Order: sequence, then structure tokens, then C-alpha cells
Amino acid sequence: MSEQKKGKRRDFIFTASYALGAVGVGAAIWPLIDQMNPDASVKALASTEVDVSRIERGQSITVLWRGKPVFIKRRTEEEIEKARQVNLEELPDPEKDEDRAKNPEWLVMLGMCTHLGCVPLGDKGEYGGWFCPCHGSHYDTSGRIRKGPAPTNLEIPKYEFINDNTIKIG
Amino acid sequence: MSDHSYTPDSKLGKWFNDRLPLLTLSKHLQDYPTPKNLNYWWTFGGILTFCLITQIVTGLILAMHYVAHADMAFESVEHIMRNVNYGWLIRYVHANGASMFFLAVYIHIFRSLYYGSYKSPREVIWIIGMIIYILMMAAAFMGYVLPWGQMSFWGATVITNLFSAIPLVGDSITTWLWGGYAVDNPTLTRFFSLHYLIPFLILGLVILHIWALHVPGNNNPIGIDLKKPSKDTVPFHPYIVIKDLFALLIFLIIFAFFVFYSPNILGHADNYIEANPMVTPAHIVPEWYLLPFYAILRSIPDKLLGVIAMFAAIFVLVILPWLDTSKVRSAVFRPLYKQFYWFLVLDVIVLGYVGAMPAEGIYLLVARVATAYYFAHFLIILPILGKKEKTLEVPISITDPVFGGSSDPSLAKNTNKEI
Repeated sequence: MSEQKKGKRRDFIFTASYALGAVGVGAAIWPLIDQMNPDASVKALASTEVDVSRIERGQSITVLWRGKPVFIKRRTEEEIEKARQVNLEELPDPEKDEDRAKNPEWLVMLGMCTHLGCVPLGDKGEYGGWFCPCHGSHYDTSGRIRKGPAPTNLEIPKYEFINDNTIKIG
Repeated sequence: MSDHSYTPDSKLGKWFNDRLPLLTLSKHLQDYPTPKNLNYWWTFGGILTFCLITQIVTGLILAMHYVAHADMAFESVEHIMRNVNYGWLIRYVHANGASMFFLAVYIHIFRSLYYGSYKSPREVIWIIGMIIYILMMAAAFMGYVLPWGQMSFWGATVITNLFSAIPLVGDSITTWLWGGYAVDNPTLTRFFSLHYLIPFLILGLVILHIWALHVPGNNNPIGIDLKKPSKDTVPFHPYIVIKDLFALLIFLIIFAFFVFYSPNILGHADNYIEANPMVTPAHIVPEWYLLPFYAILRSIPDKLLGVIAMFAAIFVLVILPWLDTSKVRSAVFRPLYKQFYWFLVLDVIVLGYVGAMPAEGIYLLVARVATAYYFAHFLIILPILGKKEKTLEVPISITDPVFGGSSDPSLAKNTNKEI
């Protein structure tokens, strides 16, 4: 076997050892990192059922789901009208109100500003919807961002009406 | 590092020092030649060491009584305030100590900016200092979350949400930071753990900071290289030790004023309301020492760019040794830089002020101008100024401007000059 070939074999062994070592260290570190992700007990609280029978038109309630506030708003005809008449081209994050509220009367969305997570205040702001006091984001009656630093519309969680009076979130 | 050849007088001392040269280290620290013209702005290194130790000692004690759980944290802090012997004192020293720590560190940093202490050969000292500063902000932020009041909770929400601005992985990162889908108990417990760890990381970095300082030695108000030891230097002990202690006493008077007469003036009343994930306080403000960065964050109307600008504001400081192209260190001999320096001080104060105000109207405009100027100072003014500025003549030694020549002829610029 020539000297050169020996050198190559040695290089190969070194490279293979480093590579295997790196994989081993990575595998050992992963549990130390992943332990910070949501644990089983946090994940178990995946859904919440809410009785909405007592909410009158124009009223809104806030419930907690996975530690986050969720707005459930029963909109008035005016508010629905206002949300549906908006020209989509004016919106920073274009989305139809029809897609956001399947049942136009009920608007269910996360009460967390998409800027930095504050809870916006209801019936405030320049568009008659929500206003975030932290950094001045204005949302319309469909929870869509209209003005301010927030990049996207208020998020719609997965939800369904399990009967006329109950909404299941999650 | 000098005098490695030191031999202790006692036999026991010699025996020990041969095995672990701690006595050599102690001798080095005593004799360490220090420029004799150091002014009181140079006493903040010692003051900062005192602040760090105070925070570690008081923090250790608070951790004996505090309970890191979302249901109990707020009450346990009240328990410390009302039931624990001297608990009120220890907590107020710890809480105000954080503010005093930042007060001292800002003076320390601005002293470095004025006298050019970050320049060659002291870049590594400066960078270690900046890492310490960043860790201090992390520790202070997490510490502020622990009482689990309204400002704790919403401050934590806003700051952790900064990471959601990162494209693609942002949401996974925030979920990972929270250990859930919002700030909650898992967030509190990990912040407690990290808040306990970071001061010791800082302590280690402080040792490196001082080690790196002792290689070239201190900068000084006229920013020249000195012969060490020489007529221009004095031994650290007793000269600098006594001066540092005197400054520390004055500093402690101010510290004590806050602790005993207005312990809550630097805090926020809303933090005496227990955290409520359903209600955001009308006006969220961070602690005063983070306000300039907060103003920069809010001055930019785009979420991702705002976050980038805020981190860039710290990063330009890290690379400052390479942005400032001037060969002259001290502002004493840089007539133009001196003016820009004070503009920068004013600019940072303005940023701090608008950071505390609502982000609208005139405040937003002022914040934008001040943010632009902040970056212009480091990225445009400093690189150009170093090349264009006509600097004054730099003396060759500390004694030179006083006597027109040092008693050491080799140091003197012009030995024939008339006095």
C-alpha cells in the first residue's frame, strides 16, 4: 500500500469519526432542547367548550383557550355589513369576511394582537373593531388589520358549533 | 501581567504559591500600574463589581423565599415583603440594585465612548463588556417577570413575541420559549432557572474582562499609551483602591436614597396587580434602562424590521472598534468628535424619553428622527470623522502637559522647552 493511500484512509477515518461524533452530540443535546417545548399536560388542554346562549347581538365575551384569550363576538347587522363592504385591495392582509366568519353573526378569533401579543380592546379604534393599546394597531369589525405595526389579521382558531348554544374551540 | 517572579515571604506562603500561585495574582493586583490621571469616571468598574455581588447575594436570599409557580409567585413576593425578616429591605435592594447596576453600566459605557477605551488594543475588553451588557439585559428582563405582576406578564409577552417576527420558524421558536401557547407557568419556571444562572455567567465574563484589561493596562483621560511602570503610573493599591472606595460611598448614598425613600419610583404600579392573561394594561412600558431600544423598536412600522433595528442598535456597539477610524483615542483631542459625542448622549436620552411615551403623533416622529441619528452616528459620522477630523496635538506623556517635559528625558517630547 502506498504512503498516499494510507493518508487518504486516515483522513477518511478522521472525517467519519467527526461526523459520527457530531451526530452523537446532536442526539444527546436534542432532549435538552426539546424539553422546553409544550409538555403533554399543556397539549392535553387542546379544546374548550363555550356556552354562548347568553350573548346578545353586539356583545362579546373573552374566554381562555390554551392560555390565550379568545374573542367570541356576536356581531350586529351593521358590523357585518361594514366588514363585508370593504374593498379587499385596501387591506394589508387581504381576507374576505365570509372566510373569517362562516356564520356571519359569530366572529371567533384569538384575542392576541399579531404584532407582539397584547390583548386588543373591543369597540375601539378607527375602524370600529379592535384597537391594541400597546403599539397602536387598528383592526376592523372582522378583526382584520387596517393600520399600525401588526403584520396580519387576528388569527381564527379551529372551532365548530356543536349545537346552537355551544362552540367548541380547538 | 508583570512580576511573575514574585516569591512570598513566609515559608507556608511559598509552599502554597508554588502549588497554586494565588499570592502572585494578589501581588499583581496590588502593584498593577495604573495611569495616575484617572478621573472619577474610571471608578465605575469597581462600582459595577460591587453591584454584581450585591445582586448575587440578595438574589440568593430572595430565592430562599420565592416560589417560582404561576399560582404562587405573586403571593410569595408579598410574603417576602410582609413576613420575611428584612425581606422588604432585601427585595428593594435587589430591585433597585438592578437599576443602579444599569445606571453604573451606562456611565461606564459612555466613559469608554468619550475616551476611546474601545480602540486598539482594547477591542476584546470592549466586546466582552458588550456581551456582559447583553446578558445583563436578559437577566434584568427575566428578573422583572418573576414577581408575576401585570407588567411582568405583558412585558414577557411582548418581548418573547419579538421572536415571532423571524420568518418561517418564528412561531415554533416562541412556542419553544414559552413551553406552551402563551406565557404561562412553564415560562415562569424556566425564566427563574435562567435568571439564577446568568449572574454567574456574568461573573465569569467579568473575570475575563479584567484579565483582558490587565494585558494592555488601563486607558486614561488623554488616551495615550504609557510606559509601565513609570512616573505616569501609580500602583493600584492603595491609590486606586481608595479612590474607588470613595466613589462607591457616594454611589451608595444615591443607592440608599432610592431603597429607603422611593423604592418604587423606578418600577411600575401595574406590577402590584397579579398577572392576568385576559387584560393588557393600557400602557406597557419596559424598565427605564431598556427604553431607548424600545423606542427604536416602535419607531419602525414593520414588525420584522423593527425587531432587526432593535438588535442592530446593540450590534453596532459591538463592532464600534472598527467603525471608529480615528487613531486618536480621547475626545479631549478630538474637537468635532466631542460635539458629536454629546449629541449622541442627548439622542439616547431623547430615545429613552419617547420610549416611555405613547407611540403616536409627535412622539413617533421624534423617535424616528432619533433612531435615524443613532445609526447615522455609528455608521456614517464615526467612519468619516476619523478620516476628516483635524485633531489636536496629543502629548507624549501624562506629565508632559504639566511640566512641558517629563523628568524622564526619554519620555519628553521637547526637553529644551522653557517652562
